[in-house]
Amino acid sequence: MTQLALVIDLNVCVGCHACVTNCKQWNTSGAAGSLSDLDPYGADPNGTFFNRVQTFEVGEYPQTETVHFPKSCLHCEDPPCVPVCPTGASYKRKSDGIVLVDYDKCIGCKYCSWACPYGVRELDEKRQVMTKCTLCVDRIYDQSLPPERRQPSCVLACPPGARLFGDVHDPQSAVSVAIRERGGYALMPEAATRPSNHYLPRKKTTLNLRDEALYRSDNPQRIDGAPFEPNLPPIAEEL
Amino acid sequence: MHPALSVLLLTTLIGAGQGLFIALFVSELLAAGTLSPSFFVGGSALVVVFCILGLIASFFHLGHPERAWRAAAMWRSSWLSREVIALPAFMGVAALYGLAHWSGATYTLALGVLGTLLSIVLFVCTAMIYAAVKVLKEWAHPLTVVNFTLLGCASGACLATSYAVFAAPALVVPLSQAAFSLIALSLVTRGAALLRNATLKPASTLQSALGIRHPHIVQKSQGAMGGSFNTREFFHGKSPSFVRGVLTLLLFGGFVLPLILVLTAPALAFVVHYGGLLAERWYFFAEAQHPQNLYYQTVS
Repeated sequence: MTQLALVIDLNVCVGCHACVTNCKQWNTSGAAGSLSDLDPYGADPNGTFFNRVQTFEVGEYPQTETVHFPKSCLHCEDPPCVPVCPTGASYKRKSDGIVLVDYDKCIGCKYCSWACPYGVRELDEKRQVMTKCTLCVDRIYDQSLPPERRQPSCVLACPPGARLFGDVHDPQSAVSVAIRERGGYALMPEAATRPSNHYLPRKKTTLNLRDEALYRSDNPQRIDGAPFEPNLPPIAEEL
Repeated sequence: MHPALSVLLLTTLIGAGQGLFIALFVSELLAAGTLSPSFFVGGSALVVVFCILGLIASFFHLGHPERAWRAAAMWRSSWLSREVIALPAFMGVAALYGLAHWSGATYTLALGVLGTLLSIVLFVCTAMIYAAVKVLKEWAHPLTVVNFTLLGCASGACLATSYAVFAAPALVVPLSQAAFSLIALSLVTRGAALLRNATLKPASTLQSALGIRHPHIVQKSQGAMGGSFNTREFFHGKSPSFVRGVLTLLLFGGFVLPLILVLTAPALAFVVHYGGLLAERWYFFAEAQHPQNLYYQTVS
């Protein structure tokens, strides 16, 4: 079974919103209809987006870190939004695991958005149907595009390459390797939705070197002429 | 959650209609010989009118009301779909019940049994729409089903009492006693839900929402300056003092005043109880804290 998904590297995301912009551009121009904007140049601009980048501050000054957090549909393996839909407009594809909305069947009752704990479904105010990330289903299978361009718009747009796309059920895929080897995790595991999208944690790059190692004779980085430090553990030649 | 007027009206209006039907059926069961058919014909008409008003209100909740017929499709998985089937079925039986009384048919009790069963099925379907949303811990509890059923029955009993003042004065005393008992019982169960929700610990935190283990996380931007569907649909946007005011209103309008009125001025009981029930339903939505709100704490 295939389960297409995104893996988002929070260690790399710089919060530039290029994924948001390219997502909006592709999906508002596509065959599935426009993502409407209300009052876009006014005092209270409003619109439909499939993807948003949020920013959080972790820690207290001066030990703070800024985390940019892109958020879109996680294409859950147990999507709570699908069984609640009264019309069958909300569905999960068996072939590739993408959760989609059939805009022609949606009655705009918003019930699916209540069932989703992540707040990634948005009712389009003009079209009055529920909309959400499609993983750019209208381009990832497009044979007229060169194979390397058959990826979601957000992935193609990301300047630092913080977004990976692939099959998380294939253990050899780049996304599976990234999740496995770089601590990929799912959001709100307590909601039991089994999200397919994963996030890679932030990590600090630190020099893993103990002080005493600098004084050992076999250390090429040994500081010449450094005074003897009695608190350091003894090394072979000093015994 | 944002309380939508259409949903408040739908659930309270059909609840009153369902409760009234049960009250009519019990009246027929216990005092059939002493009542004229016109009491049941008028009562059934009221049931149908209340359900039609609720149905009309529900259409205002939909983005595409012209596609509402599609909502019956997924009855195997969706409680909303089941409600969409149960409501017209109940209305149909309620109408037949009135017609049977009007035409002097002998099978009125059989229709009454069927209508009462459908009424209970509809209570369960309506309540399960909310109780089945697992991420809303305030709703996902058996008390939700109990409260929708008991509050609807209490509302219907109040309506039956007020109706009996004009249509069957002999029934006012027993119906008002039934209404009193149901309001008192619903006060206990709704009170239990209010207490439970006041001390509920959310399952999700900002830490689990982001997957970052740190006790101190603050949102600096939610990705949009002018709000979004997420800020409109999942926040009631009212001040804490307003919410407390609604709580007072629901306790007095939904329970204290009707308990006094059904015994002293039964003609007024339903109107006051219905107003209290609207406050109750508003509060039901407002007290539900959706986990998605964790992502929408600060605009920028």
